[in-house]
Amino acid sequence: MNRSWSFIAGLLATIGFSMMGLIFIPNWQFEELKPVVDQNGVSHPTPPAGSVLLGREVYISEGCLYCHSQQVRSADFGADIQRGWGTRRSVARDYIFDRPHLMGTMRTGPDLENIGARQPSRQWQYLHLYNPQITSPGSIMPQFHFLFKVTDKSGPVPAGSVDLPARDSPTNRDSYLIPTGRAQDLVDYLMSLNHSYDLPEAHQ
Amino acid sequence: MSTLAVQPEPPSPDITADYVTRVQIDRSCRQTVLGYYASAVAWLLIGSLAALITSIKMHHPEFLGNYEWITFGRIRPVHLNTVVYGWSSMVGIGTTLWLEARLCKVRLPYRTLLPATVIIWNAGVLWGVYEVLAGHSTGVEWLEFPPQVLGIFGFVLLVLFWVSLKMFNERHVHHTYVSQWYLFGSVVWFPILYSAAILLPTTGIVGGAAWATTNWWYAHNVLGLYVTPMGLATIYYLIPKVTGKPIYSYHLSLLGFWTNALFYSWIGTHHLVGGPLPAWVITLGIVGSIMMFVPVTTVAINHHMTMVGKFHMLKTSPTLRFIVFGAVSYTAVSYQGSLEALRSVSHVAHFTHYTVAHAHLGMYSFYTMTMFGAMYYIVPRLTRNEWSSAPLIKVHFWTTALGVLAYFCALSWAGWYEGEMMNNPLIPFIKIVDYTKPYLVARSISGSFMTIGHIAFAILVFRILRGSDFSMIGPTLFTTKRGTWRRREKTA
Repeated sequence: MNRSWSFIAGLLATIGFSMMGLIFIPNWQFEELKPVVDQNGVSHPTPPAGSVLLGREVYISEGCLYCHSQQVRSADFGADIQRGWGTRRSVARDYIFDRPHLMGTMRTGPDLENIGARQPSRQWQYLHLYNPQITSPGSIMPQFHFLFKVTDKSGPVPAGSVDLPARDSPTNRDSYLIPTGRAQDLVDYLMSLNHSYDLPEAHQ
Repeated sequence: MSTLAVQPEPPSPDITADYVTRVQIDRSCRQTVLGYYASAVAWLLIGSLAALITSIKMHHPEFLGNYEWITFGRIRPVHLNTVVYGWSSMVGIGTTLWLEARLCKVRLPYRTLLPATVIIWNAGVLWGVYEVLAGHSTGVEWLEFPPQVLGIFGFVLLVLFWVSLKMFNERHVHHTYVSQWYLFGSVVWFPILYSAAILLPTTGIVGGAAWATTNWWYAHNVLGLYVTPMGLATIYYLIPKVTGKPIYSYHLSLLGFWTNALFYSWIGTHHLVGGPLPAWVITLGIVGSIMMFVPVTTVAINHHMTMVGKFHMLKTSPTLRFIVFGAVSYTAVSYQGSLEALRSVSHVAHFTHYTVAHAHLGMYSFYTMTMFGAMYYIVPRLTRNEWSSAPLIKVHFWTTALGVLAYFCALSWAGWYEGEMMNNPLIPFIKIVDYTKPYLVARSISGSFMTIGHIAFAILVFRILRGSDFSMIGPTLFTTKRGTWRRREKTA
């Protein structure tokens, strides 16, 4: 290996070879995947748009992906389905609109691939994001106080607010919890995480 | 051991000429390499602080909980990116340049441009950290910095490639040494990896699930084709240099290099075992991981067999002790990684703290400890000064060595049981969280020890760079007694 150019050619060959196998060939295979359309004419998966897309940005910005995966493993590989995290395993088609992918590699918290179906209460989501201890005592999820405003119950009910009981309120009085626009977007996104539609390849 | 020490016997003309060459090379590297090293240590401290905040937040989530810019999901990637692109990259680049200059026996070229790249690279890391703290992360693990950072890092990486090529082609020794192949590998591979991982998805060529394979192709190749080659090159250079023994087998090192290149580049998709990808993509990753037994075994034989008969030197030489700690960790982390990729192991260990423990065995116990060893050897040669305190070096070694071992044990144990419990649907999720809490506290404690070590090291580096008041004849060893240093005569 005394000549630099032949050496460099060898180095390029090894990396090019793996790029082909792990990037381009899978990508060619996935490029052909199209959404499936159900009998109501709704296509699955649905491309995220509007507040869902904005909520996805909040999800990324606050780094939710470091503790929550978005992928359901098959019934014979882990307990994902028995835990109710999904009704079927996730497949590549579920991610065709994901830019970037948010599959995650850590489950410090539960999987969120179907959180919209599993926890459809917006009120629960707001209280949980404001302070996870309210809904899930013992949780180690961070509190997202900065995505909310809290006001006293003296005035009129603010639009979109939820009740915050005195014991959970910083003022120790019954209060209203008002989600900011970003909190609303984030919950819109979480609600959109619902991959309970059926795909044929998920049963293979 | 120290080439800068006064030679005990009357030097022959050959030794003198060689000595002068070495001093000239070291002088040519001085500004650039010390610039990279000083920056690296600063990022190590920042990375440690980010790590501690992250770790404490895991068991006390309300800790600093009202500051959005350091919420868990932002400070965690700041930790990863500062230690990868700040500490690991900068200490690696500094070491690479010095090793290449020494092995090619040429002086470092471009002595205006190269020191400038230190500032440019720092600016890139700083900008990236700012964007993540401000909430503008890309959301792609290991690539959280804005894609435009590619312009900054890419420029520096091209300069490094060019400098490496130039030195290689103008070298004054005909034969090449194994360290040179590894270093050259990393300077060729990393720019390709980094630009492909950023450009392919952002230009829309790759998307959806293929973005995930691209992501992990990149992230694992950062370890295998960028960090590992720099670490192995350093070990291959310094074990023979310090012990005075040649490397055990040249042929094995050749086999080890090319099998590493061939197999390591395929293993990234083991991060997606059980994931929503065709089985063949995952299987490729697993096969590659198992094939890694070949290069790892060859490297292990070469490193450890060279050490045979020289173990007594671990008592005295800080460089050797750190390097050998790194070499042993490399063997351990690689075998563990191969097994971890198996479906049966991944079934439990994936998605848990077990993986985090494994990552730190690689990036810290192997790479970081190796680079500490490299700095203990190289910095005195560049500053023409000695490390100012043997006790501080001892503090550095024991806090980091024991700290990372405790870290590894706590999180491996916690992670394995976390995985076992997660696979049992009868155990409520919150019970698993409860189970891991004491181990997360243990992580914060072991991390604090490592941070204490880093502060000790930073003090040593600061003092030797300042051109401390102290100098001594001969290198600072663990056994160096107090009072061996003498205060330099102040020159008016």
